[in-house]
This record gives sequence, C-alpha cells and structure tokens, in this order.
Amino acid sequence: MAEVLVLVDHVDGEVKKVTHELLTAARRIGEASAVVVGAPGTAAKLKDALAAHGAAKVYVAESEDAASQLVTPEVDVLAALVGSASPAAVLVAASATGKEIAGRLAIRIGSGVLVDATEVNADGTVGQSIFGGAYNVKAQATKGVPVISVRPGAVEAENAEGAAAEETVAVPAGSAVVTITSREPLAGGDRPELTEASVVVSGGRGVASAENFAVVEALADALGGAVGASRAAVDSGYYPHQFQVGQTGKTVSPQLYIALGISGAIQHRAGMQTSKTIIAVNKDAEAPIFEIADFGVVGDLFKVAPQLTEEVRKRKG
Amino acid sequence: MNIVVLVKQVPDTYSERKLADSDHTLDRESADAVLDEINERAVEEALQLQATHGGEVTVVSVGPDRATDAIRKALSMGADKAVHVSDEALHGTDAIGTAKVLAKAVGTIEGVDLVLAGNEATDGRVGAVPAMVAELLGLPALTHARKVEVDGSVVKVERETDEGVQHLQANLPAVISVNEKINEPRYPSFKGIMAAKKKPVSTLTVADLGVDAGELGIAGSWTSVLESAPKPPRSAGQRVEDEGDGGAKVAEYLVGQKLI
Repeated sequence: MAEVLVLVDHVDGEVKKVTHELLTAARRIGEASAVVVGAPGTAAKLKDALAAHGAAKVYVAESEDAASQLVTPEVDVLAALVGSASPAAVLVAASATGKEIAGRLAIRIGSGVLVDATEVNADGTVGQSIFGGAYNVKAQATKGVPVISVRPGAVEAENAEGAAAEETVAVPAGSAVVTITSREPLAGGDRPELTEASVVVSGGRGVASAENFAVVEALADALGGAVGASRAAVDSGYYPHQFQVGQTGKTVSPQLYIALGISGAIQHRAGMQTSKTIIAVNKDAEAPIFEIADFGVVGDLFKVAPQLTEEVRKRKG
Repeated sequence: MNIVVLVKQVPDTYSERKLADSDHTLDRESADAVLDEINERAVEEALQLQATHGGEVTVVSVGPDRATDAIRKALSMGADKAVHVSDEALHGTDAIGTAKVLAKAVGTIEGVDLVLAGNEATDGRVGAVPAMVAELLGLPALTHARKVEVDGSVVKVERETDEGVQHLQANLPAVISVNEKINEPRYPSFKGIMAAKKKPVSTLTVADLGVDAGELGIAGSWTSVLESAPKPPRSAGQRVEDEGDGGAKVAEYLVGQKLI
C-alpha cells in the first residue's frame, strides 16, 4: 500500500488535534506516514500520540533551523520525501501556515494542490465547501502527487494502532529563508484555538459592549470552547479581530456553535454554517440566524446565556 | 524602493455567489465585482512605504477585462502604474496557474524590492498565492503581516495568525502578504480618481509573458472540479420563546444531542 505523508501540526511538544484527523484521512488512501519537522527532540514527545492514531511510520526531520524558519523547512523536507517515498498524497492542516506549505510544495514538486478539503476520499479526490458553505465541490488533482490541505474539524479522528517506526531524514539547507526571531502567544489564555475548538461560543452586536463579552466567555469556558465574535461586534470594538468568525475572518466548523446576539448576516454565516450543531439566542424573532439554527431561543442573551452556563457547570459537576 | 502590489477583483461577499453549471467556474454575471478589501490594505501599505522610502508602486492584476475597475481603484488611491494580464486562455485557471502568471508579470517590472499582496482572497480563500509567487520567484515570503518595517536591505514583519504572533526577518527583495490589521486604507480623493484615468496601464496577454498556455485554463489546470452543487440550505430546527427557562431548555437539547 502506498504511503500517504501527513505533516504533523504540533505546538509546545504536543500534537494538535488536526493531526489526528489528518492521520485518519490518510489511512483512507493508504498507509499513514507522519512527518515531524521541528527542533531536536520534538518527535520523541509526539511519537505516542502519532502511534495511537495509526501512523505506521514517523519521519523525523529535526534541526535548530527547522524550528526557527518559516514554512520553507517543512516544504524542503516534504519535497525530499515525495522524491524518496513516492507517496500517494501529502496531507497538511488547512491552517494559515499549512496552506502556505501546501501551496509552495505543490509548485516545487509540480503537483496539483487541493485547498481546505472537508472530505478526503480513498481515491484521492476531495470534497470542498466553498463560498462560505454555499456550494459543495468535488475535486481532484490532475498532475503529480496530490497535495491536500484539510480543514481542521472536518474529518472525525479515529484511534488506530500504528507502529510509528522512526526514520530520520535530513532538513535540507534552505534558500529564500525567513527567520522567526521571536514568538508571542495570542491573548486568549487557556482557551482552545478558534479553528481547532469543538465548541465555539460567539457574540454579536447584541452583546453591546466589550465588558459584556464576559457572558460569552463564561459560557465558552464552561463548555471548554473557544470564543468568537461577529464582524459587527469586532467593528464596534467589543472583541479583537483575531476572533472574528465570518467571510473576512475565520471559518469554523465545530461540533457545537452557539451564537449569542448575532443576527446572522450572510457575512457571518459564511464562517460558521458548516458547524455540526448550531444554537442561536437572539431577541429578534426575525433574525436570519434562526433559519439555520438547530435550536433557537428568542430571548435576552443576558438571561439565557448565564442560565445555560449554570446548567452546563451543574452537569459537569 | 520599488513595490509591486498584487490585486484581485472578487465577487462581492454581500451578493449571491454562484458557480456556472457548465464548467464549475465562477458565474461572473451573478455577483457584483469589487476590489478585494484586503488588497486595499496592501495598496495602502505600499503607499505608506513609498512615502518613507520613495520609489514606484505598480499594481499587477490577472483577470478578465472588468478587473480594470479594481486596477483603477488602486491607481486612484495613489499607485503609479499598472500591469493587467487579461487573456481568454486564463478562464478557469487554478491557483498554481494564476501564481505562475503573476510571477511572470512581476518579472516584467524592473528593480522590484518588494511584492505586496493580501493574505487571502475572499472568493477562493486559497491563502497561499503570495507564498506560491514567492516560491516561483525564489524570494522569501513574510505572510499575514500586521506590521511591516523596512530597514536598509532587511525587512521585518509581525506575522499574526491563529497560532500567535511571530516576529519575522528576511532580506529584500521579498514577498509580503498583509492581514486585516495592517492599516486602514485611504479613500480615493476626487483628485486621485481624476489622476488615475491618466496613469499608464499596460495590458498583457499570456503569450506576452511567455507562459505556456497549456498550463492555464480548465484543461491545463493542476486540479479539476468533478462536481459542484449548491448546498441544500440548512433548515431551521426548533425554536422556543424564553419564558425564564431558555437556558435550561438549550441545556436539555444539548444533553439530548449528547453534546454535554
């Protein structure tokens, strides 16, 4: 069975959830080979998690440069492995960085790139959800080894035993290098990343002030979720732009999306309508968000949300 | 410092966007076309850098004839000149083909120090075209910039993504993509709009650029769309009025769905 290369997305010595999803998708096409690119010692910390999600092989590409340069080390390593391992496909996370890695790699190896797949099929074709979820598309790469970026949260991760046999590979010396001189985490504390979270609680214009976002945050924290905001809320200065969900912000597809005081303009729906379950709370019974909500409450979010937070806390004990 | 700004005309996200049934490409008749918002920020950043470092700002766009409107908008903001690649052969070209054409078009401009672009277009959302162009030109790519600083031959960028903020550094020439936070784009003045009409726009074909037409269009693309269909609209589910127990009812629903 042909190998399928999976670029491991990792942070602070931990595998990100999307990597498990990529390994699951890879096993539909062939044998999953995880590719770890990072500082020396990284792969050792990740190996157990990769084995538990069906990685038959783990390619270890470690160097100081690999951790301190942007995008090109991953491209260099994957391009070399495409040459030596002749994989059936290469899968990366459709994160900001992952999409760039996929794009550059496709150019480098002369292959088609399929962006932001929401389904990966055994024959290497993919499903995509475009125009903010208004259209479903099925596409395939027609040249080379398909390079596929997969939307976080779209594929359900499955556990599977894998041998995770390690093989060390070199990190080629790069050209056109961008050096990462320092990093700082985004404000957002211990909450999961917006695009990785299984639960997203978002606030809109109805939240009415920056201070009031505490109500949104409290519910998100009770559910272990991320906090999002509509464009109206961001433009009004209630919440920072990096948390904006919608056409000009992030696209999320969590298991559960809770919209508080969001009317549901097309701008916003474009970023969240592929969520599995949508709950809406809005004072206005005519708000378009109710047209796509699985469960809607017409009411005051400042009464409904705290009550829900309390109920969730009670159930979690 | 000579700067090239890559701009793209996109269907307005506030209008209904459709794919043509015949070949799965954008139905350009169905939606209003606008200069993609993020490109205005790229143009603004170029103009601000020009104000400090001098040089010329050239706008480059690949698209059908009506992309002229997007180019004029960028010129009316203050860019000096433009290159418009327009060719029937481009219809249906995918991201890789587009990147190849853009890279060649940038190559027609002499002494380029910096290529600026938006980080992600609102239509295709590939989010990688600036990186692809950099790959083709053999240049460093500093992407998702919220702040750009040029000091001699070195460029420094604050890159902001979901993963946090990274401080980047590379040598010029380089490709930079900007994010929503970079600046507030200026509105074109009346004077700017009038001046834009006289600014030079050179229109080039694919053959002018020496791009192999076999790598373009639907037939030449590296990817092909097998099927496309509008997604069946999500139907509205249950809705209740809050009678003091709205939160509890949501909780019950979530328990029923095994979500909590």
